[in-house]
Amino acid sequence: MINLAFRDIRYNFGRFLLTTAGISLLLMVVMGMGGIYRGLIQEATLIIDRSGADIWVVQRNTKGPFAEVSKIPRNMEYRIAAVRGVKSASPFITHAVQRDHHGRVLRLTIQGLPDSGAWLPIIRGRALRQGHYEMLADKSAKLPLGTKLKLGKDAYRVVGITDRMNSPAGDSMVFVSLNDALSIQNDIPPEAVREERQSRLSRFDRVAYGSTSVDHREILASPYEKPVALPGQQISAVLVKVAPGFDPAGVLKKLRTLPDVSVYTSDEQRAIMLSGFVARSRRQLLLFRTILVTVSTVVMTLILYTLTLDKLHDIAMLKLIGARNRVIVGMILQQALLIGVLAFGIARFFGQWVYPHFPRRVVLVPLDLWALFGIVIAISVLASIAGVVKAMRTNAGEVLS
Amino acid sequence: MSIALTAENLCKTYGRGNTSVTALDKVSLSLDSGEIAALLGPSGAGKSTLLTILGLIQPPDSGKIIIGGDTVFDNGSRTDIRSFRRKNIGFVFQKANLLPFLNALDNVRLAMEINDVSGREAKSRAAELLEQFGLGERKDFLPKELSGGQQQRVAIARALANHPRLLLADEPTAALDSAMGRKVMELLKEAARKHDAGVLVVTHDHRAIDVFDRIWVMEDGRIEEKNESMTRLKK
Repeated sequence: MINLAFRDIRYNFGRFLLTTAGISLLLMVVMGMGGIYRGLIQEATLIIDRSGADIWVVQRNTKGPFAEVSKIPRNMEYRIAAVRGVKSASPFITHAVQRDHHGRVLRLTIQGLPDSGAWLPIIRGRALRQGHYEMLADKSAKLPLGTKLKLGKDAYRVVGITDRMNSPAGDSMVFVSLNDALSIQNDIPPEAVREERQSRLSRFDRVAYGSTSVDHREILASPYEKPVALPGQQISAVLVKVAPGFDPAGVLKKLRTLPDVSVYTSDEQRAIMLSGFVARSRRQLLLFRTILVTVSTVVMTLILYTLTLDKLHDIAMLKLIGARNRVIVGMILQQALLIGVLAFGIARFFGQWVYPHFPRRVVLVPLDLWALFGIVIAISVLASIAGVVKAMRTNAGEVLS
Repeated sequence: MSIALTAENLCKTYGRGNTSVTALDKVSLSLDSGEIAALLGPSGAGKSTLLTILGLIQPPDSGKIIIGGDTVFDNGSRTDIRSFRRKNIGFVFQKANLLPFLNALDNVRLAMEINDVSGREAKSRAAELLEQFGLGERKDFLPKELSGGQQQRVAIARALANHPRLLLADEPTAALDSAMGRKVMELLKEAARKHDAGVLVVTHDHRAIDVFDRIWVMEDGRIEEKNESMTRLKK
């Protein structure tokens, strides 16, 4: 049997191509939305997954450094390390900065590394070698190797480029040594230090006069005395690895007895991220996708209905020469499916070049793609219904009109 | 000679009450196989209504239609119309009404394939038919690449593809010049003879009236055979 759908497409190829291209653009957006959602999850849990920590120790009554501000004293790592069953306790420092760099706004999340960072996906350059003034930057930051970037009081040279390392907020991550991260985080202008010292002295005076015979001013003025001007350095969290042979639940239980911190497993940190930070974006993206799928269905229905209207005379003629309904329905349905499948293919094909240029990561998961393919097939069938109904209502006698 | 078509007391009324219009008023006619007949009459006389009813496109209100010995309509009861039409009735219209996306060969072939003729057989028979109509070298052309006369010849070939017992033509020469119009009428006559089909042609074209074996004239929904006037018209 002659395939009427293909012959019609070949005859009206330009129109078919434009229609398919239009639908494919819509599908590319739907596909991209799904990819953005997956990317969001991946970015949100990237550090949690890559850190390899079993337990996260964070500021008391907070949900951890990704969900909110968490500050704990630097010396906490030593207290944690002393707990039986703890293999290692590493300080975790992360904070976002925004700088102007050669006329462009640079949003970075600075991450302190307890090691050289050789475990990171370095695509160019090398890991950290020196304890200071070197950094690894993600390629999305667009900082070439050798670039010097001033952060805090010091300039840091880019020695390695990582691939797809973004913070949960989507900012490009840069990695420096732990001490450098601390000094960048605690970079306070000298004037602020002086102001703080002065205010402490004033408070000190109020408390000291009359209660002690020692002239604290003399002591503080002495170049040999070094009173604490500002509070000690603070970190965001301590990452704990459980020693082999120890029950992680037991270690967790012990750490949870510490009164000044909150303790989570890595799975709990993940769950906190996904239920809080990602959940709203997920709902938003889901709504967007639903709207886009509905729009795609409406657009495809209109297109297929119009294509059917253009063919009503031919359909009437087919009926007149005795064509069975399945021949006519087949023609409409095959065209709808062909448009849908081709549009999906085009969206998938061109998407792989377009999505990497999106500011946020787009991750296409096979399961999502298959689900979308199923939706596209359903849309195509649904969209062809209006055309099929119109075709079925067409009378053979319309050939005479 | 067998009877290709018998219509008895066909009635058709459009609308109801005061606004009703009688399109067919007890129309009866009979057409033998191999015979070509003309149906003349002014606009609104009911010619097209009769053609659509005989072509099983719409049912009459009452009456009886027998095509090739099969009663297809008898006061309300009718057979599987589309299937019957596919096998027994061919149509030719003022416009060729070819499917624009199929070439000449495939337009003819499709009619056969719809009637369950295998692809290969349909292709060779379609090519044969087009050859008969002088379109052998144009069989791969799309309708838009053919002249009006050529398109009409493809339409006739398509109408004859399934060896119909009845061929209905609605002003098939209206869009053609007189020479081509006459040629098409002669082709229809030849087709009637060769395929042993009854051919009924609705026409206003008196230039080729001599081609017809019989002439009916319709007026106000009634039909009358004009065998006497045919001689006069032919002159």
